[in-house]
Amino acid sequence: MKQGINTINITLKVWRQKGHKDKGRFETIPVRDVETHMSFLEMLDVVNERLTLEGKEPIEFDNDCREGICGMCGAVVNGIAHGPEKGMTLCQLHMRKFSDGDTIAVEPWRARAFKVVKDLIVDRSSLDKIIQAGGFISMIAGGAPDANAIPIPQEIAEKAMDAAACIGCGACVAACPNASAMLFVGAKISQLALLPQGKPEAAKRALSMLREMDELGFGNCSNETECEAVCPKEISIANIALFNREFLKAGFGSSEK
Amino acid sequence: MQLDGKVPGGQLSEKWDRHRFELKMVNPANKRKYHIIVVGTGLAGGSSSAALAELGYNVKTFCIQDSPRRAHSIAAQGGINAAKNYPNDGDSIWRLFYDTIKGGDFRSREANTYRLAQVSNNIIDQCVAQGVPFARDYGGLLANRSFGGAQVSRTFYARGQTGQQLLLGAYSSLSRQIAAGKVKMFPRREMLDLVLVNGQAKGIVVRNLITGEFESHEADAVVLATGGYGNVYYLSTNATSCNVGAAFRAYKKGAFFANPCFTQIHPTCIPHSGEYQSKLTLMSESLRNDGRVWVPKNPGDKRRPNDIPESERDYFLERKYPSYGNLAPRDVASRSTKEECDAGKGVGTTGYAVYLDFNDVIERDGIDTISKKYGNLFDMYKNIIDENPYETPMMIYPASHYTMGGLWVDYNLMSNIDGLFVLGEANFSDHGANRLGASALMQGLADGYFIIPYTIGGYLAGTAPSEVSADHPAFNEATQAADERIKKLLAIKGKRTVDNIHRELGQIMWKYCGMARNKEGLNKAIKLIQELREEFRENVTVPGSDSDYNLSLQKAGRVADFLEFAELMVTDALAREESCGGHFREEYQTEEGEAKRDDEDFCHVAAWEYGGYGKAPIFHKEPLVFESVELTTRSYK
Repeated sequence: MKQGINTINITLKVWRQKGHKDKGRFETIPVRDVETHMSFLEMLDVVNERLTLEGKEPIEFDNDCREGICGMCGAVVNGIAHGPEKGMTLCQLHMRKFSDGDTIAVEPWRARAFKVVKDLIVDRSSLDKIIQAGGFISMIAGGAPDANAIPIPQEIAEKAMDAAACIGCGACVAACPNASAMLFVGAKISQLALLPQGKPEAAKRALSMLREMDELGFGNCSNETECEAVCPKEISIANIALFNREFLKAGFGSSEK
Repeated sequence: MQLDGKVPGGQLSEKWDRHRFELKMVNPANKRKYHIIVVGTGLAGGSSSAALAELGYNVKTFCIQDSPRRAHSIAAQGGINAAKNYPNDGDSIWRLFYDTIKGGDFRSREANTYRLAQVSNNIIDQCVAQGVPFARDYGGLLANRSFGGAQVSRTFYARGQTGQQLLLGAYSSLSRQIAAGKVKMFPRREMLDLVLVNGQAKGIVVRNLITGEFESHEADAVVLATGGYGNVYYLSTNATSCNVGAAFRAYKKGAFFANPCFTQIHPTCIPHSGEYQSKLTLMSESLRNDGRVWVPKNPGDKRRPNDIPESERDYFLERKYPSYGNLAPRDVASRSTKEECDAGKGVGTTGYAVYLDFNDVIERDGIDTISKKYGNLFDMYKNIIDENPYETPMMIYPASHYTMGGLWVDYNLMSNIDGLFVLGEANFSDHGANRLGASALMQGLADGYFIIPYTIGGYLAGTAPSEVSADHPAFNEATQAADERIKKLLAIKGKRTVDNIHRELGQIMWKYCGMARNKEGLNKAIKLIQELREEFRENVTVPGSDSDYNLSLQKAGRVADFLEFAELMVTDALAREESCGGHFREEYQTEEGEAKRDDEDFCHVAAWEYGGYGKAPIFHKEPLVFESVELTTRSYK
């Protein structure tokens, strides 16, 4: 820890919305004496404590592990999903990245497929539905061969791990001008298509996950690369290219429909 | 009452096979007539939901987060143990079992721990088949690393995100069953009560966290996989929603709570920095493979760590425990760290931190190797503390991490309530008084994929499909009671926030029932907890209403449970007049300051029965019988 406590004064412009049918609006809240060692969410905690004691309703926001892995937290901060730092979830953003006197705008993820639940909380169950459409390997507990029966080259395993690092936060969708989920879907498709265990179902998976994504109201990919820029796990858009190849292979080279 | 763990007879190594054969079975066509509720979607809940649905049961699964993929198992960093012996370094099922039972200071049930080691290898096979991208060597085979409390390399890992990858594996199997219609998934639900009909678990009452509405769900059996109670300390490495609620509701309905004082304080966490702090971040135990823990030899040495010469540093773990060194088990390492800080040798602004130094290994292996192994952890540290651990040693301090205690279960993982099963961290059975690193993931998945699918069949085979429906009066009663509790919380309208009271509870527990405990302090804690509970009932303020999403209201309910549960934990710590594993009673220590067990009087599981609000809980005992291992003094010297 660097010695001493630094504090800053900021002005929050935070989105308040009672439910998905409510219109919603920005509320301006001046916040004094923010310790710069605080994380962004701890700053919101402090604001909420103050609002509660003033008899007002606190700002609702999703969060859980607060160590950047559960994918529960997220908001658009000054126009950027998860805020200004690269490769980071909102819970890992610290107030030392802001300056005294800053105005900070905080909004929920905005996408057709994500309805606002309350304030900064959105419904991301559509991402679960995409996984349910095929983001798995069909096998049941008990029938697996020895783990070392199929060697997997380290390079392939590492690439699969790069893709598997996705935390399902939905920042990619929020950042995309088309609200597309291509990075999210591409990451899962790539992980499983790279591994020998996932190959038998690769064609079926690519077709059904894409179909589900379209049905749920996610947009198309037009190569804006905004998703990659905000991804807290820095998942590469190369996964979208791999997904496209899998999709083409499935469409032309397999009997799957 | 003396509890019966229902451990099968025969040789230790044959018990599970024999039991699986002897268990009654439900035939495949009949399985679809049974309904099972699973609460929680971490490793234990996710894997059991999937495995039970794969067998043909109808499963309803509940989780508190917006998606089953968020459960806190996801945050486990370091790895998962298995006795594969791929590195050819002498591992075996017996060695994994022995390390685990010794690591738990001989306070776990022998047969359960052995079974855990036995199925460990199946877990790795299962996960690889699911597409979990474990680390591999250049030949494409699986890689291993070492963890605390073991002298072999048996830990499988996926970078620093092993928990995430295993959970996503279970989540993918669960998702497949949701798509197949065999699991009905209910996210953003909080379990508010367990429903018993004729003494059997027949359902639960949950609250929909978005609408605030209550829902009743009936079933033939209820499986709780709701994690641990580490957040009783307020500051912990647990996620913010981790709570004791579901387990505590079951306790109030008659399930026994076993060994609640067995909590694990993890040695390597980022130290506390300010009042506003909401959680403590773990730095994986795997760092102790290469990092060296030290403090300045002279108390009060305020120099920057790199300015302190080698001769004035005390690598205290290497000094005190030469054969395990920096890889001493968690309880031992944590306590040792506390001792050094209490002696004034701690570093950092608060004096409650020690160094974890990577200088030597960076010189030996190069910065690239280290960054490949621990890059994400180093980045996380740098981001939180604003110092570069490649140049300046990390600062670490112990924090609440895991709870070995939990609801009492027998060998079938069934509690003393018929039809109520408890899996993973929520039960008490496998880790004794201290859990070894990389064993929590192992237990969660063992329980879910490979144990409950067999043992629940044994129960259901003897029970006709339930005719209890959700309009049974027992559901109505439970719903009304839950609604009253919620209305009461909203009506208090006092002057202190929920977090503020929770923080105070945490301070009481950390001070008097943390890494070291004594009779006087524990007695004081009971009084303080009771006072704080009254303060909560009179002076808490909960904003908002109960008809939409209201996190403060959710937290208020959880803190109310913690305020009652804390007293049970302290009561158990008082009753256990010995030191073992994470439970260190200052009155019971050796001359060298190590834990002094009392096998004569305390070689048992303490299982507590709810005695009513404000009344003392009732003590029950399950004697621990060791048929195959000799109880020795645990030494890592």
